[in-house]
Amino acid sequence: MTDSERRQLLHDLLQKQENGGLKPRDRYEIPPQDMPEQDPVVRAGNVNEVATGYTETHARIEALRCLGCKNAPCVNGCPVRIRIRDFVVEIAEGRYEQALSIIKENSLLPAVCGRVCPQENQCQLTCTVGKRFKDPTRAVSIGRLERFVADRDGRSESVPAVAAETGKKVAIVGSGPGGIVAAADTRRAGHEVTLFEAFHKPGGVMVYGIPEFRLPKAIVQNEIDTLAKMGVKIVCNFIVGKTRTVQQLLEEDGFDAAYIGVGAGLPNFMGIEGESLVGVYSANEYLTRANLMKAYGYGSCADTPIARSKAVAVVGGGNVAMDAARTALRLGAEKVYLVYRRTEKEMPARIEEVHHAKQEGIEFHILQSPKRILGDQNSQVTGVECLKYELGEPDDSGRRRPVAIEGSEFTIDLDTVIIAIGNKPNPLISQTMPELEITKWGTIVVNEETMATSVPGVFAGGDIVSGAATVILAMGQGRIAAAGINEYLAKKDK
Amino acid sequence: MSHRIVSKKQLSEDVFTAKVEAPLVAQARRPGQFVIISLNNEYAERIPLTIAGVDLREGTISLIWQRVGKTTAELSDLQPGDEIANVAGPLGNPTELEKFGTVVCVGGGIGLAPLLPIAEALKAIGNRIISIIGARNKELLILEEEFARTSDELIITTDDGSEPLAELCQAEPKPDKVFAIGPAIMMKFCCDVTRQFDVPTEVSLNTIMIDGTGMCGGCRIEFDGKAKFVCVDGPEFDGHKVNFDLMMKRLSAYKSAEQKEHERYKDHRCKVSEIKEKE
Ligand SMILES: Cc1cc2nc3c(=O)[nH]c(=O)nc-3n(C[C@H](O)[C@H](O)[C@H](O)COP(=O)(O)OP(=O)(O)OC[C@H]3O[C@@H](n4cnc5c(N)ncnc54)[C@H](O)[C@@H]3O)c2cc1C
Ligand SMILES: Cc1cc2nc3c(=O)[nH]c(=O)nc-3n(C[C@H](O)[C@H](O)[C@H](O)COP(=O)(O)OP(=O)(O)OC[C@H]3O[C@@H](n4cnc5c(N)ncnc54)[C@H](O)[C@@H]3O)c2cc1C
Ligand code: SF4
Ligand code: SF4
Ligand code: FES
Repeated sequence: MTDSERRQLLHDLLQKQENGGLKPRDRYEIPPQDMPEQDPVVRAGNVNEVATGYTETHARIEALRCLGCKNAPCVNGCPVRIRIRDFVVEIAEGRYEQALSIIKENSLLPAVCGRVCPQENQCQLTCTVGKRFKDPTRAVSIGRLERFVADRDGRSESVPAVAAETGKKVAIVGSGPGGIVAAADTRRAGHEVTLFEAFHKPGGVMVYGIPEFRLPKAIVQNEIDTLAKMGVKIVCNFIVGKTRTVQQLLEEDGFDAAYIGVGAGLPNFMGIEGESLVGVYSANEYLTRANLMKAYGYGSCADTPIARSKAVAVVGGGNVAMDAARTALRLGAEKVYLVYRRTEKEMPARIEEVHHAKQEGIEFHILQSPKRILGDQNSQVTGVECLKYELGEPDDSGRRRPVAIEGSEFTIDLDTVIIAIGNKPNPLISQTMPELEITKWGTIVVNEETMATSVPGVFAGGDIVSGAATVILAMGQGRIAAAGINEYLAKKDK
Repeated sequence: MSHRIVSKKQLSEDVFTAKVEAPLVAQARRPGQFVIISLNNEYAERIPLTIAGVDLREGTISLIWQRVGKTTAELSDLQPGDEIANVAGPLGNPTELEKFGTVVCVGGGIGLAPLLPIAEALKAIGNRIISIIGARNKELLILEEEFARTSDELIITTDDGSEPLAELCQAEPKPDKVFAIGPAIMMKFCCDVTRQFDVPTEVSLNTIMIDGTGMCGGCRIEFDGKAKFVCVDGPEFDGHKVNFDLMMKRLSAYKSAEQKEHERYKDHRCKVSEIKEKE
């Protein structure tokens, strides 16, 4: 569709709506609006954002696809229960500010969630339109609409109101999405809030993990700036458990409550031969070098080097694996293979990211897994020996278990291997807090209604509680924890 | 938080020391721990440096570094009053201090910096300290006076220290414990010696790091056949179980690229100083 055809379509639709209303049948016929994006060949050579965003015309047409269902089943699919129907209707009417304020009732980071939420498993999975087409990718594009209104607001500089000072001090540990939301919500209640971050830059996985081409760093920085404007103190290079312990913060430094949102940042390795060879990275290391340290600029501006690979295998099938593979491509690799034990259907990555990765030329090797990594006399990686797999009986997670086919070994020649098979919680804090109750996986045990931990005054949320999950879940928990903290501090008064 | 350089001194051609404001790190630090520093927020590399000492009254930590590449060269060009943008720590596990009896401390090159606080702490709790300190040549030797003060016996060498170590191990009674810190190759040779005599040997490893908190795995080594992260499981390890060959290969992973960067920085510095001279 050309731009003028699209404008014409919107015009016709609006007219029809005025004249007698759009029937559901009419709405089903409106073509889903694809997001304009950079050409795959061009974008593989830059680090700019892939999807460039809806125009007003796109957004209003897409919003008109919404049936305005009475029971709004989409809302149940959203972990933070955004009033989706209501904000979509506002967009259809062209009232973008109203739409944004509805979203902001429940989500503090719409520009982020609109980009990275796995919508097809959440709000769009339960959307009536998607159900009708039996395809959540043909549901109303809720995420894109969210992004649209959030990006329009990018220029306005509204700072949330802060209640009168309570004189209470709150420590937020970790500046990921959960920490950001917890900081904002406790600050809004009038507490003195300090956000501690181990890295030299705040933002958590959103700055060190998720690449610029998917989530521009400026968006995250904008949220951090807003926190600062609200009066949240941001302290980087502060490793809680090392620089100060949680107990010291509470007992010696005058903090009345703490939120632990340190994420699940510890990379898993496979435990196979050759994993310590030169040229084997965890996805965390590879992405941190590339994103946080800007290693793509090595040799011109950045000081942190990264392997300039010709052929790369990324092991895994989640968002992290897709990000690593697509980053490798942007760093100049000629061949990037994605090696995954199960089939594409079982891949935990977002459909959109799988689609983008394929478009850019990542080669998918499904039903395969490395048996060992091969190296030369300099311990430099030269290849991986893989085994082929088939799917057997379903395991505990309900996914069919991959079973190795005996004798199916084969070798792929390459110079870099990136392991992206999941992350687990970092024990830095729990090691220095023996009274903190944790599970056998190292995640922190909480009361789900308040996110309170076993230690009075200490709350937790995000990946350190749920294991590696999503931005929106972390945000949701950050919000519940903030409410828990606000309530705890109100009681503590008496 | 500001990390001002309070004072700075050149110890040898390529070795410098500075006191840097970092009151919280100073307070929390115990011997054996390190910090990660970087010189700006956007493009700088993060590098680990051992905390060689602290001054709690001033709220400073001392760093001792050898100019080997771009970041350490840039650091060497900073002057008192300048700021180090980022200082994070203290990281790593403190040295396990114990009364062992006779302890041999073998230090090579810049490894003498992390070794000194350990030797001092061991001495303070009643160990007899024999130090073997060395560098490629006498001009590069640092901290000689400090080691002389701390040690019951001091041996100076221009080699990797494994020969005098072998002599000490052959004597009766042999040492109860060895601490060896220096270039990987030196630690490897020392461990080869002490393994023969069954003398427990602690080494402090200097792998390439990024976060220093267990998040990237870049610092991993092979220890007893298994992967360990130097930043959170170390930096000190039982040297007899470390795969030094692999560690050395990993250390040189970016060697040629980094040499280029360093050259570029040196060129840039020359040009800057030429311009300044002309003005
Ligand atoms: C590469 C990648 C891609 C992803 N893609 C998506 C996606 O598309 N969609 C999606 O929904 N989710 C995605 N995720 C998952 C999502 O990013 C996480 O679930 C989410 O960021 C977790 O938020 P959090 O609040 O728990 O904190 P995190 O974002 O994990 O941040 C924790 C912060 O705490 C800091 N910290 C750790 N220890 C300490 C300490 N001791 N003291 C002080 N600070 C500390 C860390 O440095 C970090 O900045 C992705 C994750 C990765 C790694
Ligand atoms: C726990 C720990 C404590 C350390 N303490 C000190 C200290 O107190 N003083 C000090 O001078 N150095 C110390 N180091 C080493 C120091 O971190 C490196 O010298 C520094 O990262 C080099 O940075 P650069 O940019 O100047 O050089 P680069 O350009 O990064 O490297 C220059 C050359 O040094 C090699 N190299 C890179 N990293 C290291 C390393 N970690 N060890 C040895 N060689 C390396 C490279 O292969 C290259 O050939 C320590 C390292 C660790 C892990
Ligand atoms: S926050 Fe995520 S799940 Fe909720 S409506 Fe927005 S895109 Fe959907
Ligand atoms: S379920 Fe879909 S169609 Fe129905 S209100 Fe929600 S977004 Fe609109
Ligand atoms: S430096 Fe990243 S895990 Fe050790």
